[in-house]
Amino acid sequence: MGHASDHYFVPEPSKFPIFGSIALLLMGSGAVMWLNGVSPGNWMVLAGFLVLVYMLFGWFGQVVRESEGGSYGRKVDKSFRWSMGWFIFSEVMFFAAFFGALFYVRSIGLPWLGDADNALLWPGFEPTWPNAGPIVEEAFTPMEAWGIPALNTLILLTSGATLTWAHWGLLKEKRGQLINGLALTILLGVIFLGFQAYEYAHAYGAMNLKLTTGIYGSTFFMLTGFHGLHVTIGAIMLTVMLFRSVAGHFTPHRHFAFEAAAWYWHFVDVVWLFLFVVVYWL
Amino acid sequence: MAAVTPDQLHGHHHGPTGLMRWITTTNHKDIGTMYLVFALIMFFAGGVMALTIRAELFQPGLQVVQPEFFNQLTTMHGLVMVFGAIMPAFVGFANWQIPLMIGASDMAFARMNNWSFWLLPPAALLLVGSFLVPGGATAAGWTLYAPLSVQMGMGMDMAIFAVHIMGASSIMGAINIVVTILNMRAPGMTMMKMPLFVWTWLITAYLLIAVMPVLAGAVTMILTDRHFGTAFFNAAGGGDPVLFQHVFWFFGHPEVYIMILPAFGIVSQIIPTFARKPLFGYASMVYATASIAILSFVVWAHHMFTTGMPAATQLFFMYATMLIAVPTGVKVFNWVATMWKGSMTFETPMLFAVGFIFVFTMGGFTGLICAIAPIDIQVQDTYYVVAHFHYVLVAGSLFALFAGTYYWLPKWTGHMPSEKIGKWHFWCSIVFFNLAFFPMHFLGLAGMPRRIPDYGLQFADFNAIATIGAFGFGFSQLLFVLAIVKCARGGERAAARSWEAAEGLEWTVPSPAPHHTFEEAPLVR
Repeated sequence: MGHASDHYFVPEPSKFPIFGSIALLLMGSGAVMWLNGVSPGNWMVLAGFLVLVYMLFGWFGQVVRESEGGSYGRKVDKSFRWSMGWFIFSEVMFFAAFFGALFYVRSIGLPWLGDADNALLWPGFEPTWPNAGPIVEEAFTPMEAWGIPALNTLILLTSGATLTWAHWGLLKEKRGQLINGLALTILLGVIFLGFQAYEYAHAYGAMNLKLTTGIYGSTFFMLTGFHGLHVTIGAIMLTVMLFRSVAGHFTPHRHFAFEAAAWYWHFVDVVWLFLFVVVYWL
Repeated sequence: MAAVTPDQLHGHHHGPTGLMRWITTTNHKDIGTMYLVFALIMFFAGGVMALTIRAELFQPGLQVVQPEFFNQLTTMHGLVMVFGAIMPAFVGFANWQIPLMIGASDMAFARMNNWSFWLLPPAALLLVGSFLVPGGATAAGWTLYAPLSVQMGMGMDMAIFAVHIMGASSIMGAINIVVTILNMRAPGMTMMKMPLFVWTWLITAYLLIAVMPVLAGAVTMILTDRHFGTAFFNAAGGGDPVLFQHVFWFFGHPEVYIMILPAFGIVSQIIPTFARKPLFGYASMVYATASIAILSFVVWAHHMFTTGMPAATQLFFMYATMLIAVPTGVKVFNWVATMWKGSMTFETPMLFAVGFIFVFTMGGFTGLICAIAPIDIQVQDTYYVVAHFHYVLVAGSLFALFAGTYYWLPKWTGHMPSEKIGKWHFWCSIVFFNLAFFPMHFLGLAGMPRRIPDYGLQFADFNAIATIGAFGFGFSQLLFVLAIVKCARGGERAAARSWEAAEGLEWTVPSPAPHHTFEEAPLVR
């Protein structure tokens, strides 16, 4: 493929970006209407989402075809590697905002609220953690680390191992190991999400711990919720890789899509370890 | 090297024509042009808001607008100028110039580049359209401080989603720029041979990737506080409105360098050209830019000296902030040293660049004054701060954008811009700019608060002067449009090297630059 490695691949004009923009406009304005009780906001969000799904299928489909067709040279591959790394860095910073909020509240915000200056305003307020603020309406049970969360830690760590096993299969041209490893990883991801859904239901029911349970509920559900969303996205990526593996894509030398999904999965894994320590355990 | 085909020599492009060409384009020059035109439109939209604000402030009392609408105007003026005008304009420059300056055939991800741009019009629709919904646009100030932003009407939700979409656009754009610079340089173009504009954009893009997600997190917390009952910024639930300020300014301070570092880059290209000397202290410029970027992460709380924090914390943020004067001083020194004993001429780009150095440095000095905690507590939220950040954002970022536009217009259009119009534009801009904003220092020191539609009689004279200056400045910008339109339509033919002593790969391709350039990578010395 002399041509591909000499010339950097510049794609033809594409219709997909504008579909993405229309999708986000529909979803954004629809969400504003929905949140403020203006109809048909919910339908606009749905329509936008469908357009987004169409765009993602079309766009990624084209990228897969270009990749399998040999349009991408070594330099394009390097661009993909750089960009995935930087994308994951941006995701790290998104989580950093919420982790930062948690650290601030625990080490600065709450002690401030409980100090002598605020004793007149909130008499008898104890700035301990977990805390739902001075105006506690109902009692709640905080989350325990050594139950489902510990099990989930084990599950995610195992999924990292099975994914690496799948990667070895790809490198050693053992297609069966690749497919089994990927399927096992996805299964573990789904089990993780199932446990988390059960945990949420249990929190809302028996523990009376909700998103509205003051700052503890806010940080707990926003951090674990965004993590769960990322597990979902990672599992979707891996599912695409599974289908592509079954279809015979990837060679031991050229399979960056697989590696990108794996990087993402490991990133989600590491975020979970932080969550387990600072949200569930400490 | 393969033979150059006629297609490559002439501005040939295939694919859709008309409107569909612009909607589907994957060409960095087309996309750069769209960014620049979009930014210009938003600049005038934000400018109309600014002039309405100044019209109201011409005299004490309420004459032109209601206070509620005044608050919406100050908020939207800030958001539109920052996210709609300044940032997209710099990305437009990056799109046009970076591939030309490093000898790349296009941006690394040409389709994603298109999406980065085409996310902006939907975001702008949401943002500006919020004036029309019940309750009007958000009036929480461009910083969207809680608890005000938690209480606003649906215009606030529109602003939140607009920020989300613009953030996605910025992150994709920044990733594209970083990857292009790291991976697409022509053979021989080592990092330390890159033009300084490319260096400043590499560091800016890094800042964007690091902090735009933090802003997304901040506005997401506002959204859930507003609609889903979380308590991030609600003290009754154990949260803290000051938390919002911390998260916001962790984004916000790197953000101000996002808006000035590419300006430093543009000026560093222009000064050597018209001083006919290489840039003085190239390596120190690179290190200074990197230092500013690193320091920008540890100074955010200087925006919040009055929110109440321990003295040790105030001191840390005060000294860290003052430290930024060192690399910035290095830059100013290097620009002046570049001009020292140079064969200088003062075409329009150089006028704006020299004007930039002078007026931006004044804004830098007032920044240093604001960094001193005890003084800042006096001038917090006064017109002194308004004067300070308009000196660095208008006379800094915007003047550099003007300078860069005049400098590269020959490359973009194939014609030299009119020196006559350009010089009128410069002198009107710099005189009226100072007329508008210099009196604000006095107003601020005398205690006039910002974001208030009415004021005491003792502030009347300086406010009247500022309003006259603002209208003069606003209308002077029509000269800018005139200069661009005239240059696009005709004028003196520009040579490939449009300015006598201009250095760099972009001046080795014809003017106007063909649709596709550097399909065969050039070899750099």
